[in-house]
Amino acid sequence: MANFTWFYRLASPPTSYAAAGRLWLWFAVPAVLLIAVGLYGGLVSAPADYQQGDAFRIIYVHAPSAWLSLLGYSVLGVSAGIGLIWRMKLAHALAAAVAPIGASFTFLCLVTGSLWGRPMWGAYWAWDARLTSELILLFMYLGYLALRSSFDDVSRADRASAVLALVGLVNVPIIHFSVNWWNSLHQGSTVLRVGGPAMPASMLVPLLESFLGFTLLFAALSCVRLRAEILMRERRPTWLQDGLTVSASHE
Amino acid sequence: MSDFFAMGGYALFVWSAYGLCALVVLWNALSARTLHRAALADARRRLSSAAP
Repeated sequence: MANFTWFYRLASPPTSYAAAGRLWLWFAVPAVLLIAVGLYGGLVSAPADYQQGDAFRIIYVHAPSAWLSLLGYSVLGVSAGIGLIWRMKLAHALAAAVAPIGASFTFLCLVTGSLWGRPMWGAYWAWDARLTSELILLFMYLGYLALRSSFDDVSRADRASAVLALVGLVNVPIIHFSVNWWNSLHQGSTVLRVGGPAMPASMLVPLLESFLGFTLLFAALSCVRLRAEILMRERRPTWLQDGLTVSASHE
Repeated sequence: MSDFFAMGGYALFVWSAYGLCALVVLWNALSARTLHRAALADARRRLSSAAP
């Protein structure tokens, strides 16, 4: 028989609060370094694209934010589902924590994409499958956040918004495969494609650094927001007075 | 150096994208910190008001 006691211990508010408090800096420091190195590489070291010139450099902020928009919604949908099915407060807290982060990067993805589209396609916007499904993703995030804010009671907000989050999960594979399923204006995958990345190393390495950096940033931000969401779900967090969470007073 | 800032004629688009990215990252960092601080202050208030 597998022993799941470690899982229950991790899911207890004082433990997860303290764990997130220790973890976030371990994510934040390499995140800042990798983003700095990756964006420097993208802006300075990488050569201009032979077709797109310097406009292609927008990819170093556009592609990682697109990835975070999907990662964020996947975490949101899956943890909302876990919270709904197993009535697990920590899962609801995580869902609520990642939603604003994911929404902000979905917005960044759409705007940076349109800043690239204007000089390259000749239009800021097109009602294309990839662009439209990403816009719907932003509306799913905003709908989730708006629904939450309409409840005063956190646990009722958790349950109601979780249903909406689960329904929106359908959109994630649609966005990912939209460039293959429909005749899209948006280009297909450049990095994760059959036959390897369609980019020279001088362009690819900064992009991978940027991807990793932004993913770690997402993790760091999630930890800090998760701590707040855990506290909001505690009526009397007497454990705050224990030595266990003394570090909280420094923030 | 001015070549670098000119971005081959795409300066407006490239620098707007990077500038906006910086703003989004900054907003995320500040709002996460503010949220945690507020939640902590609120939790402490609940604890002290309910204390015997």
